[in-house]
Amino acid sequence: MYAAGRVARMTPLLVAQIVLTLFVFVMLLNSAAVMVYVERKVAAMLQQRLGPYLVGPKGLLQPIADVLKLMFKEELRPKAADAFLFALAPILSATCAFAAFAVVPFGAETTFFGLLSEPIKLQVADVNVAILVVFAIASMSVYGIVLAGWSSNSKYSLLGGLRSSAQMISYELSYGLALASVLVMANSLSVTDIVNSQSGTWLGVLPRWFVFIQPVGFLIYMISGIAETNRAPFDFPEAEQELVAGYHTEYSSMSFAMFFLAEYINMVTVSAVATDLFLGGWHGPFLPASLGWIWFLLKVAAILFFYVWMRWTVPRYRYDQLMRFGWKVLLPIAVVNLLVTAAAVLYFNL
Amino acid sequence: MNETVLFYVFGTMAVVASLLVIGQRNPIYSVLLLIASFGALSGLYVLLEAPFVAVIQIIVYAGAIMVLFLFVVMLLNAPHEETEHDERVHPLMQRGPMRFGALLAMALMVELVWALTSGRETGPFGAAAVSSVAALGRSLFGPYAFPFEVTSVLILVAMLGAVVLARRETPDE
Repeated sequence: MYAAGRVARMTPLLVAQIVLTLFVFVMLLNSAAVMVYVERKVAAMLQQRLGPYLVGPKGLLQPIADVLKLMFKEELRPKAADAFLFALAPILSATCAFAAFAVVPFGAETTFFGLLSEPIKLQVADVNVAILVVFAIASMSVYGIVLAGWSSNSKYSLLGGLRSSAQMISYELSYGLALASVLVMANSLSVTDIVNSQSGTWLGVLPRWFVFIQPVGFLIYMISGIAETNRAPFDFPEAEQELVAGYHTEYSSMSFAMFFLAEYINMVTVSAVATDLFLGGWHGPFLPASLGWIWFLLKVAAILFFYVWMRWTVPRYRYDQLMRFGWKVLLPIAVVNLLVTAAAVLYFNL
Repeated sequence: MNETVLFYVFGTMAVVASLLVIGQRNPIYSVLLLIASFGALSGLYVLLEAPFVAVIQIIVYAGAIMVLFLFVVMLLNAPHEETEHDERVHPLMQRGPMRFGALLAMALMVELVWALTSGRETGPFGAAAVSSVAALGRSLFGPYAFPFEVTSVLILVAMLGAVVLARRETPDE
């Protein structure tokens, strides 16, 4: 009887949580579609072309046409491929991409305009080691790429997979150290706490965002974030001029689409984490706290635009340059940055 | 109740995956099963209310070390273990270092059986101590500093051993 009563009372919150989870899932799918359009349009703008403009107004329906085309394509598998791993790899990639976003908060607590009796967090799962969970899932996402490269049984794919594993190991260290310097400053592993410690302003003008006290950390995070998501100028696993298409050379149809989806969702996750950690999350002027998610979306969109801008502006590194940069430049800077941060926090008792 | 069920699920996964690791002929599958086993262990840590240890288990072992393993296995591209040249001689019957290694392995086995059956209490290590990162750090660099440092020496020795074993013998030098 008591249990039944508790279930009845829990229901609106539970329903809200389920709706929220589904909403995040659908929005992530949509974000990939939007990113495909944005990437093609921005690329066209940067190269003085028109980009997609025939399907729908201003070509806005182009992503839908792309998805339909991919769905109707034939699913191919090389004869010598390892069937099980070949099928598993894209699933692994997409699953990791979706799972990583689960612990990223994107707004302050809300009751949905009084619809709920208690406020809920705008976040799929609140874990007290959230930031490490993002990091752990990001480090697992390399397996999708590596296994795709190996199981295809093709030289280009294998090289793409090998490059990917080497690149991700190299840049994960700097990525983790950049995260650690923020954790030291916020004195918490929960993303919500980190965001809330960035509320308010200095001298009434400058927002208390970590990017202003951790500019080096932010730079390291962005650079290794681009390397972790295999985007240009670090897109070695799929360098088209050298490796045809790298690890997904042998994939077609929807299994190729899953890699594509994973890449864009990973970009969104890296941008969302950067927003939460360095750019004050949903805190911003002019808007009430309940509409903070608008600030969050704007900041994420700005970082995503930067991503696309980088891809079409900076040429690809050479592979040995990438490795040298990761180990001999980025990692030492990240270590020194963490040491200085920790010393400053201890000394000034922040 | 739920926790007991989950314990058996994760425990079975860990044991079965670990057994399959050594039963595989294809090294890539061995690596993947080892990752699955680490994942199950991480689930057990969560049940022990140590989310930090669980996540670190994934980051360090499943995310970093196993990527290196996979990298090496792929680079060598060893498709299947050779079975024809297997002479099926017991390591104890072989010459020199092999026999010594077999003896060490047997000693380890005896020690493990003794340690697991002696039934000594492992001492209180409360949930608060493992779940809080600060407490974990304090005990790692405080009372457990010596075992912690000795473990790193042990790993260094193991690495040296691997280098010595893998060194190609050149007859001229």
